[in-house]
Amino acid sequence: MRYFLQRIAFYLFTLWAAITLNFFIPRLVPGDPVQSLIAKFRGQLSTEAINSLYVLFGLDDDKSLWTQYIDYWKQLFQGDLGLSFTFFPSPVSQIIADALPWTVLLVGITTVISFLIGTSLGVLAGWRRGSWTDGLLPVTTFFSSVPYFWLGIIAIFLLTGPDSFFPSSGGFDSALIPAWDQYFIPSALQHSLLPALTILISSVSGWILSMRNMMVTVASEDYITVAHAKGLSERRVAVSYAARNALLPNISGFALSLGFIVGGTLLVEIVFSYPGLGFILLQALGAKDYPLMQGIFLVITISVLVANLLADVAYLLLDPRTRKEG
Amino acid sequence: MTIPTSSTAQVIPGQGAMAAPEGAKPSKAKRQRFLFLKNKKAAFGLLILGLYVLFAIIGPWITPYDPDARSNDLIQPPSADHWFGTTHLGQDVFSQVLDGTRPVVFVGFLAGAIATVLSVIIGITAGYLGGKTDDALSALSNVFLVIPAIPLMIIITSILDSASNLLIALIIGLTSWSWNARVLRAQTLSLRRRDYIEAARATGEKTWRIVGFELLPNLTAVIASGFIGTVIFAVLSLITLAFIGIVSAAGWNWGTILFWAQGQQALAQGAWWWFVPAGLAIAFLGTALSLINFAIDEFVSPRLRSAGKTKLKTASGGTVRMRIGFTPVLSNSAEPHTRAWPIPINTDGATPVAREVAGS
Repeated sequence: MRYFLQRIAFYLFTLWAAITLNFFIPRLVPGDPVQSLIAKFRGQLSTEAINSLYVLFGLDDDKSLWTQYIDYWKQLFQGDLGLSFTFFPSPVSQIIADALPWTVLLVGITTVISFLIGTSLGVLAGWRRGSWTDGLLPVTTFFSSVPYFWLGIIAIFLLTGPDSFFPSSGGFDSALIPAWDQYFIPSALQHSLLPALTILISSVSGWILSMRNMMVTVASEDYITVAHAKGLSERRVAVSYAARNALLPNISGFALSLGFIVGGTLLVEIVFSYPGLGFILLQALGAKDYPLMQGIFLVITISVLVANLLADVAYLLLDPRTRKEG
Repeated sequence: MTIPTSSTAQVIPGQGAMAAPEGAKPSKAKRQRFLFLKNKKAAFGLLILGLYVLFAIIGPWITPYDPDARSNDLIQPPSADHWFGTTHLGQDVFSQVLDGTRPVVFVGFLAGAIATVLSVIIGITAGYLGGKTDDALSALSNVFLVIPAIPLMIIITSILDSASNLLIALIIGLTSWSWNARVLRAQTLSLRRRDYIEAARATGEKTWRIVGFELLPNLTAVIASGFIGTVIFAVLSLITLAFIGIVSAAGWNWGTILFWAQGQQALAQGAWWWFVPAGLAIAFLGTALSLINFAIDEFVSPRLRSAGKTKLKTASGGTVRMRIGFTPVLSNSAEPHTRAWPIPINTDGATPVAREVAGS
C-alpha cells in the first residue's frame, strides 16, 4: 500500500510538471500570436475568448507570472482549454473529447495484444535458444527500426486498393453515423485493422527482445536448475518458474515505453487519416492552433500517466515483494 | 518510438539481473576491441554505420543532380538517369536521399551526445551520491521518462518556428536523456558498494577521481549502448518531425522526402520509388545501430549470445537439448552412464566415520 501511495504521489508530481511545462511553452512564442489571430478572425472572437487566449499565452502584461499561473490552473479546473482556431468556435476540450476514444481504443487494444504476443514469443526465444526462434531477432529488429508511419504508408500501398478489404483512410465508412449499432461497429473495426497491424508489427519486437534477454538471464538461476532436478515438465519450468520471474521487468518496461508507442501511434493516425488525436494534432500544427496543441499534449500525458498507474497496479498484484509492508 | 532494445536497460536495482561489465585494463584495450569486432553483429553494424557516415560527409558533393533542381521528367520510375526515380517536380530522389544523409547523421549523433552527457552526469551523480540528491534527480528523470517525448518535441519545435538542425538536435537531446540516466543510476548503485570502490574511498581518493577512474571505465559499455540507443531514437524523432512538416526549413532529410511524397499523393499515383528508398535508408541505419547495441550487450553479458546449435541427436535416435547447468550424457553403450568410481577411502584417515566404513 505504501508503494502504491508513493506511486500516486509521483504521478501527481509528474502531472504538475507537465501542466507547468504546458504553461511555459507558449510563452516561448515570439511576438504576439493573439493579435495575429484576432486579425485573422476579424471580429469573430468574443471578448471572453480573447481574454482566455491572453491567459493561455501569458501576454497579460498587467499580471505577474504568478497570477498568470494561478489563472491558468483555474481555467484548467473548469475544463477550459481555450478555443480552437482550426475548428472555430469549438472549445478545445470538445474536439479532444471527440477524438480521444479513437486513439485510446486503437493504442490500448493494440498495445496489450502486442505485449502479449511479444512476451510469449520472447519466452519461447529465450527458452529455446539455438532453434528457429533465433531467426526472429534480426527480422523484428529490422521492423522496429522502421518508423511506424513508413510501415503504414507501405501497408496502404500494398494492401489497399479499389477492391481491397482494407480501407486506406478514415475511422469508419463515411456513409455511416457514429453510433453503437450493427453497421457502425464492424465498419470501425474494419478501418482500424490496418493501423492496428502497423503498430503491432512495429512495437512487438521490443517486447520479444527484452523478454528473451530476461529469460536467458533467469534460465541460469539456481531455482530453475532445482525445478529441472525435481523432474517437473519442461513446460512447467518454462512457464511457472522462468517466465513468471522474467515477466516483472517487462511489465515495468511496459509502463515506461507507453510514451514512445503513443508518439508513434500519432503518426500512424496521420498516415491513415484515422480520426484520433494524431490526426487532429496534424491539423492543429498546420494552422498554428496552439490551444489545441497544448490540449492534446496535456491529454496524451494524462492518458499515459493513467496507463502507467494501471501497469503499477498489475505489478503490485504480480510481485509480492512490493506488497510487503516496509 | 522504439522501445529501447538494450538488455542493459533491464537493470532493476537490487535484483542483480545484470552482471557488471568487465573493466578493460588499459594495456589490454587493443585486444578487447579486436574481440569486439570478431562479433559478426558488431562488424556488420559498424560497417554499415561507416558507410552512412561516409555518405553523410561526401553525400552533398557527389549528388548527380541538385536535389532542388526541377526537370521535365515528372514522377519517373527508377532508370539509368534517375536511380531512384523523380518527384512531382522532376527532382531526383537519389540526390535527395544522398543530400539528406548529412542532417540525419548530424542530428542523430549530436542529440545522442547531448543526451549521453546529460544522462552520465545525472545518472552517476544520483547513483553515487544517494540520499536527497538521488531522490531529486530520480524524480526528475522519471518525470521526463513518463511525459511522452514525441508530442512534447512536436509542440516545442512547431512553436520555435523554422528551427535549424542544431536546435532540433538540442531539443531531442534535452528530452531524451532520462532512460539512460535511469539505467546508469541503477548500474552505479550496484557498483558503488564493490570492494574496489570501497578500497579507493578508504585510501582517501577524491570523489571526482573515484567517479572518473574507477566508476566510468566500468560503465563504458552501458554508456555506449545508451548512446547508440539515443542515436536511433534521435534519428527517428527527426524523421518524424520532418514528416509532419514542421522542420521543412532545415533543408533535405529523409523525413522531408517522405513529407513531400505523402503530401503529393505519391501513393495514389503508385510512385513507390518516392518513399521506399528514404524508408529503407532509415531502416538500415536503425538496424545497423541496433546490431552494434546487441553486440555490446553480448560482449558485456555473454549469456545473451545466440547459442548456436543446442539440439543434439543421440545415436539411439532421441534428442537432447543443451542447457546451462545441465550436461546430457550421450553414450549409448550398455555401460552405466556415469563415469564415477567408488571413492577410495583413506583408511589412515582420522575421521571416525571413515574407519567404521573401512572396518565393516
